[in-house]
Amino acid sequence: MTHDHHDHNHDHGQEPPSDMALRVKALESLMVEKGLVDPAALDAIVDHFEHRVGPRNGARVVARAWTDPAFKARLMADATAAIAELGYSGGQGDHMVVVENTGAVHNLVVCTLCSCYPWPVLGLPPVWYKSAPYRSRAVIDPRGVIAEFGTALPEDIEVRVWDSTAEIRYLVLPERPAGTEALGEEDLAALVTRNGMIGTARL
Amino acid sequence: MNGVHDMGGLENLGSIAPEADEPVFHHAWEGRVHALSVASPTRRNIDEGRHQREKIPGPAYLAMSYYEKWFRGLSELLVAHGFITPAEMGSGRAAPDAPKATPALRADEVTDRFARKGSYGREAAAPAFAEGEAVLARNLNPHGHTRLPRYVRGRKGVIVARHGAHVFPDSHAHGQGEDPRPLYTVRFTARELWGEAANARDSVCLDLWEPYLERA
Repeated sequence: MTHDHHDHNHDHGQEPPSDMALRVKALESLMVEKGLVDPAALDAIVDHFEHRVGPRNGARVVARAWTDPAFKARLMADATAAIAELGYSGGQGDHMVVVENTGAVHNLVVCTLCSCYPWPVLGLPPVWYKSAPYRSRAVIDPRGVIAEFGTALPEDIEVRVWDSTAEIRYLVLPERPAGTEALGEEDLAALVTRNGMIGTARL
Repeated sequence: MNGVHDMGGLENLGSIAPEADEPVFHHAWEGRVHALSVASPTRRNIDEGRHQREKIPGPAYLAMSYYEKWFRGLSELLVAHGFITPAEMGSGRAAPDAPKATPALRADEVTDRFARKGSYGREAAAPAFAEGEAVLARNLNPHGHTRLPRYVRGRKGVIVARHGAHVFPDSHAHGQGEDPRPLYTVRFTARELWGEAANARDSVCLDLWEPYLERA
């Protein structure tokens, strides 16, 4: 398997195409034949989600909030508009809300009913976020879930879970790590992880 | 519908198992399913798409991967709306006399489409509840689509934010129009939801439409 994003599927090489690969190919052919989709548009959509959106976008939002108090104020007041200032907008990010971690509060985002996730700032969700174990447990045992990701939260930190049941999409603003006062926005963005912006980790 | 998709509060469904350096798509076909789904003419109604996946029978729903569910939901919706006939789905070929549609999305429109600002907010009647007001999540068990999870039904919470009126999924998913209703963020304490063993500081917030709520 190669790490090239254009060719990281498991369907090539010695293995015969899987049943799903054949079924999806058949549906795509039929939809193209019927004029329902444009195959070049499908290529562009895959490229968009593999290369144009992803957690680096959200990391830039976080780093800007850490370094620019006026931006942070706008972000907390109207996250959709503030995030659009950085060029991130569109479907699954139309109604953004940013929730801030502090020394006293930790936030965790889930979608128990499906897998809602803020695509423009985090890209598509990882498999675990969409999985039944995470969707089921995040609301009843957030501390246990976060511990499984490697962070034991102190008892006296308040945990707020956000279940994305409507079209509001949540992004966690992590606390700026100590000792980063000298770092610029780009270096700070490199410290921000996807899990930190979902809330399964603290930075 | 009280289906297995409404899984908030269950335990023992397996380990969470995060994967290091996870690719966006694990197989090329997953990317194609995602692209087909968002480019499909059926994408116009996101609530209907969600409900179609929820209707996958529970044992299969739990056994299928995310993109297997998307593939099944897409295939079923294309047939339900007459974009593809069952015979065409069976043969994999368009009927000889089938009219050819024009794709809703061209390649040169993709970047704009995904950056385009949309909104589920709509003009509607003023909200009945104020911020800080105590509300009760109603004990509703509709047989169709709803975004009111079972784990909050009958529980008391507090309005912490108001979002104007949004498209109401319970109506929209069933072709009954957008039927916009006031939308609120409601905070429930972990103890209200899970009992006295829960940490007294913790809470869960959900975004709930006015028909799900009554004054506490």
